[in-house]
Amino acid sequence: MTNVSIMTFNILSILPILVLAGFGMIVLLIDVLTSRKLGEKNLLAYLSLLGIVVAAVLSRSSIGTATFSFNETFTIDNYSIFFNLIFLLSTGLTILISHNYIKREEINYGEYYALLMFSTIGMMLMASGADLLNIYIGLEVMSISIYILTGFKRSKLISNEASLKYFLLGAFATGFLLYGIALIYGSTGTINLRQIACFIAGRGGGLDPLLILGMGLIIVGLGFKVASVPFHAWVPDVYEGAPTAITAFMSVGPKAAGFAAFLRIFMTSFAYTHHEWQKIIYILAVLTMTTGNVVAIAQTNIKRMLAYSSIAHAGYLLIALVSANNMGVSGTLFYILAYIFMNIGAFAIVIVLSRKGDEFIQINDYAGLGFKHPLLAIAMTLFMLSMAGVPPMAGFVGKFYIFSAAIKSGYVGLAVIGVINSVISVYYYLRITVIMYMKEPAREFSPLTISPLIVAAIVISVVGTLQLGIFPSKVMEIAQRSIFTLK
Amino acid sequence: MEAYLFYIMAAVSVTAAVYLVFEKNPVFSALYLIQTMVCIAVLYILLEAQFIAAVQIIVYAGAIMVLFLFVIMLLNLNIKEETKNALPFQKIPAIFMGIVLFTAICAVIKSKLLQGKQGEYTTAYVNSVGNTKLIGNLLFTDYLLPFEITSILLFVAAIGAIMLAKRKL
Repeated sequence: MTNVSIMTFNILSILPILVLAGFGMIVLLIDVLTSRKLGEKNLLAYLSLLGIVVAAVLSRSSIGTATFSFNETFTIDNYSIFFNLIFLLSTGLTILISHNYIKREEINYGEYYALLMFSTIGMMLMASGADLLNIYIGLEVMSISIYILTGFKRSKLISNEASLKYFLLGAFATGFLLYGIALIYGSTGTINLRQIACFIAGRGGGLDPLLILGMGLIIVGLGFKVASVPFHAWVPDVYEGAPTAITAFMSVGPKAAGFAAFLRIFMTSFAYTHHEWQKIIYILAVLTMTTGNVVAIAQTNIKRMLAYSSIAHAGYLLIALVSANNMGVSGTLFYILAYIFMNIGAFAIVIVLSRKGDEFIQINDYAGLGFKHPLLAIAMTLFMLSMAGVPPMAGFVGKFYIFSAAIKSGYVGLAVIGVINSVISVYYYLRITVIMYMKEPAREFSPLTISPLIVAAIVISVVGTLQLGIFPSKVMEIAQRSIFTLK
Repeated sequence: MEAYLFYIMAAVSVTAAVYLVFEKNPVFSALYLIQTMVCIAVLYILLEAQFIAAVQIIVYAGAIMVLFLFVIMLLNLNIKEETKNALPFQKIPAIFMGIVLFTAICAVIKSKLLQGKQGEYTTAYVNSVGNTKLIGNLLFTDYLLPFEITSILLFVAAIGAIMLAKRKL
């Protein structure tokens, strides 16, 4: 072994990642080279959007392929492409809703867009990694970018606090993940997902306690990222302190990436030991849904309410993981897509109604919105109904698929708990609607923080929520074709 | 001989780690951290991973710890400062859970169920090729992608340091 043979690498498979990295650096360079005031940096937002679109087109062009590249450390299959498109959509919508917001908050630095794109690279790596090391590095790239974005309002104490809290707890959770990976390596001798699966299947029974401990630690690490319940303590404070546009991003992007890794690791590598982890995830799912929904009722701050609602939605997605069948995977894909539209839409409206200095994020600040700005109120109502799972919105169809997946796997009790939880959630989602339409306005709404880009984001979200709710079959069919083809 | 050295080093590193947590003076804490790092480096040598042992000393015990000490000295922390126990009700459950976890791990180790797999890089093989060469080889073949993505990770960290810490942007 004197000569090192460097094999040919399929660079095309990571082209979307390279494009995003390139655009991220170009944005940083242009930001340095142009003066701070020039054109108020509209150019940077448009350039970032262009990068997202190019990456999405490139991702889309490889639909149907199913190959490993980089020596089986990277997968390109329909599953990862679907997730890549989900990440790019959430980043794109986030850029649309941020553009005006970061100008108003005077945090209009080019780094903002660059970091959004870099965190998307991390997410894409998490969804495509066929190797625990790649998934770990992806998770780190994503998390570190988001820690920084959380603290982006540098002069605000609450933002600094949120960033520090998220960073410390996140680093701790990453430690758990890494320790889990180490134990799995110790017991199976590999970190490649497929080889782990082969090793476990090859041994057949007689589970290694080390492996179970490693699996449990990976659940802790990823459970933190998707905000499931015993690991959720950071969520409300961080969501409240972060800039609102980043809160919107945080509640969809990293959550989707966490589930992408969760599903891939547990349904390929640990498919053989599913009886072991299903019990753990079952308990997590019940705790997550119930805590999220019950605590959300008591919130008076809309950002905190949406934070608990995002915990509850992570609980519904965990149901799909418990059911561990193909329907659960496609249900997760569909649900996350629907969740992006309704959640980013809701946060877009929170941004439109906020003002510099006073964020107006108490739920009572929404009183009378229905009379003053009927269109905004209708859009908000749509998003709230969709999150509550009222037909014919996207949220209903997503929940329907997930609960059916659970029933198909024999988890009727879990599906019943899920339905009860969705009924509980109707209370706090509808409360906002009631306040918007049935109370006298308590404050002046204008001037709104409005720009063509944020209007575009709201329109896209409304169309997406309705489209997925009324005509779900086409997207569902794509989701069904996007389950793992490589095992 | 090696087994004795392992037990001694393991005991010293755990003791130093415990002192690191309980020591009130931050400079002493940092010194205990160096102690832990060096002990871990010795453990790497016992596993015949000399390259990683050297990196452990150079990067952790050297570079990172120097930065740590610099920061501690620049901050001029008040040593006498008494910190209030913010979470008094966590103490007893934490000790209890710690004992449970410890017994569980001991039981697992005793149970002989542990059957880790022998990896493909045995000590004899590693020594025949050479530590550094083998690591370099793996980094540029099997783990090329994560290795390259690490550059983005470092880049992001650099941006973050400037973004969050620079006084005037």
